[in-house]
Amino acid sequence: MTDALAMAARRSARVGPPLGAPIGPPIGAPIAATDEPAWVRRTVIGVAIGFVGLFVLVPLAAVVVEALRAGLAAYGRAIAEPAALSAVKLTFLASAIAVPLNVVFGVAAAWAIARFRFPGRSILITLIDLPLAVSPVIAGMVYLLLFGRQGLLGPWLTDHGIKVVFALPGIVLATTFVTFPFVARELIPLMESQGAEEEEAAIVLGATGWQTFVRVTLPKIKWGLWYGIVLCTARAMGEFGAVSVVSGHIRGRTATLPLHVEILYNEYEYQAAFAVASLLVVLALASLVARRVIARRVEVI
Amino acid sequence: MTIEVRGLSKKFGAFAALDNVSLDVPGGGLIALLGPSGSGKTTLLRLLAGLERPDAGSAWIDGVDLASQSARQRNVGLVFQHYALFRHLDVYENIAFALRVRKRPRAEVDARVRELLALIQLESFERRLPSQLSGGQRQRVALARALAARPRVLLLDEPFGALDAQVRAELRSWLRRLHDEIHLTTVFVTHDQDEAFEVADRVVVMNRGRIEQVGAPAEVFEHPANDFVMRFLGHVNVLEAELGDGRARIGDVTLAIDSAPGGPGRIYVRPHDVELARAPADGALAARVVRVTPLSSGLKVDLSVPALGSRLRADLDWERGAALGLRDGEDVFLSLRRARAFARPPSAAGEDTTADAA
Repeated sequence: MTDALAMAARRSARVGPPLGAPIGPPIGAPIAATDEPAWVRRTVIGVAIGFVGLFVLVPLAAVVVEALRAGLAAYGRAIAEPAALSAVKLTFLASAIAVPLNVVFGVAAAWAIARFRFPGRSILITLIDLPLAVSPVIAGMVYLLLFGRQGLLGPWLTDHGIKVVFALPGIVLATTFVTFPFVARELIPLMESQGAEEEEAAIVLGATGWQTFVRVTLPKIKWGLWYGIVLCTARAMGEFGAVSVVSGHIRGRTATLPLHVEILYNEYEYQAAFAVASLLVVLALASLVARRVIARRVEVI
Repeated sequence: MTIEVRGLSKKFGAFAALDNVSLDVPGGGLIALLGPSGSGKTTLLRLLAGLERPDAGSAWIDGVDLASQSARQRNVGLVFQHYALFRHLDVYENIAFALRVRKRPRAEVDARVRELLALIQLESFERRLPSQLSGGQRQRVALARALAARPRVLLLDEPFGALDAQVRAELRSWLRRLHDEIHLTTVFVTHDQDEAFEVADRVVVMNRGRIEQVGAPAEVFEHPANDFVMRFLGHVNVLEAELGDGRARIGDVTLAIDSAPGGPGRIYVRPHDVELARAPADGALAARVVRVTPLSSGLKVDLSVPALGSRLRADLDWERGAALGLRDGEDVFLSLRRARAFARPPSAAGEDTTADAA
């Protein structure tokens, strides 16, 4: 199972030079000892670029064009609208709770899996991947069944005046569930490859467990941890399915950014929908940049 | 500070890494644990450092039972085989680590680190990261780091294992000089006999989790307790023989040896105890030179000896080699200056299983 995780990590973008980094020969030139005819080269490169253009660039450009179709003033109004601002706030709030939770869980899980052999270890490794395998809608349904009014814990929660579903706690729970593999998956292969010798050295030199963690382990995994946090945050802010089920789509109150886009779209407010969507695009691009920057640091270490 | 070890045992699964080991290291001594890989020497070191827990037995440093102290309380200096320097800290902070976690005043830390930087002659490297140092420099930083908190004992795990030959030789004599200056009780692990003999006062030969012999280098080399020690310390010619009546019989050849145990056994002859001559002498055996190889210390001569039905190696110093002027394929006569016999299977270590032939 660990191998599977390690392979998954290797598949992720940070192994090898980041996409687009200059790797040796100029673009289009054959790389060492291959003597494919020019037309093969051009076709393959053309197909790759064509795909990215058609399925990634064109839709992104469309979002921006649609968002600005009615002019900058309309764009500003759509974003400054109270419901939109509330969606932005809710999205950041939910992420600000879910991401730290996953950092704590991810570091603890990675530490346990990389350093110890214990019963249930391989089950834990498998379970960490569960949120990636399960459809987010199902995750949302599970929380609904547990905490909803008709759910298992529903009556008890109602009696005590605690609102989980259709409120912030439900949104945070769903977001946390969906994003919890990211930090752990990033750290496990990293910590396994680094080994524990430096930690042993620290302990023999007189460091307590906490000193060892803060002074040795954390600096060692710092960039991997940042990378996991960026992935986790990007996913937390963009999550739709699970949050959609538990939030109740209450405009201005329980709608996160992606949900707000959907609400606007369903109300035929296309321009406003695209304006808000463009915010998500900006967040996504920012996280891409952060990934590129951090991925280089991870490789260095 | 003395180290006492009594009956230490440690198993990893079914593998007995350390099997009922007892050992005394006198205060200020420099002891080498010498043995092949898997012989338990590193395990013993890790048990002393507190990185492993023994299954049985006890150990004391300066009379304090180690079982009562965790690894971080023991104040033991440990140098890892691959140094385990903190990769994100520079040389200065690596050395300062033990003092920083003890929350010592800044001025004291600085004074101690400067003192150690001078000791390892890396004053101008204090802001370098470990990745910017050579192997020998990393080794010295690891040593300084281990010494920073004035440990009670110093433990070194294959300290020169990852270095090239010339740097090894320099660091060896440097370590010996350092020890003579600071008189810190030191245990170091090695699989290299030359290293153990050059650096240590006493050598502990280990095999399969047990101690085979303890003694001064010359003592262990001259009087090996059993066939393992004999074979492990340098090259040796091994001949199957029938032992009895103070004699060893190999085919038609009979060799006189003192008080050999009876029954089938083995004869051990060091290459430098094989004497070669051009002319036949009393008791000398005819041999043919298979190959002459020059070594740094003299000549290595591979011989085939029909009477013994085997090949022997003889080592000659340059003078003797030049006097004989041997070439491949020539006939010579050999006699054995000294041969030892051990019963087979090897019995418990002891003088009575060793016999020296004149």
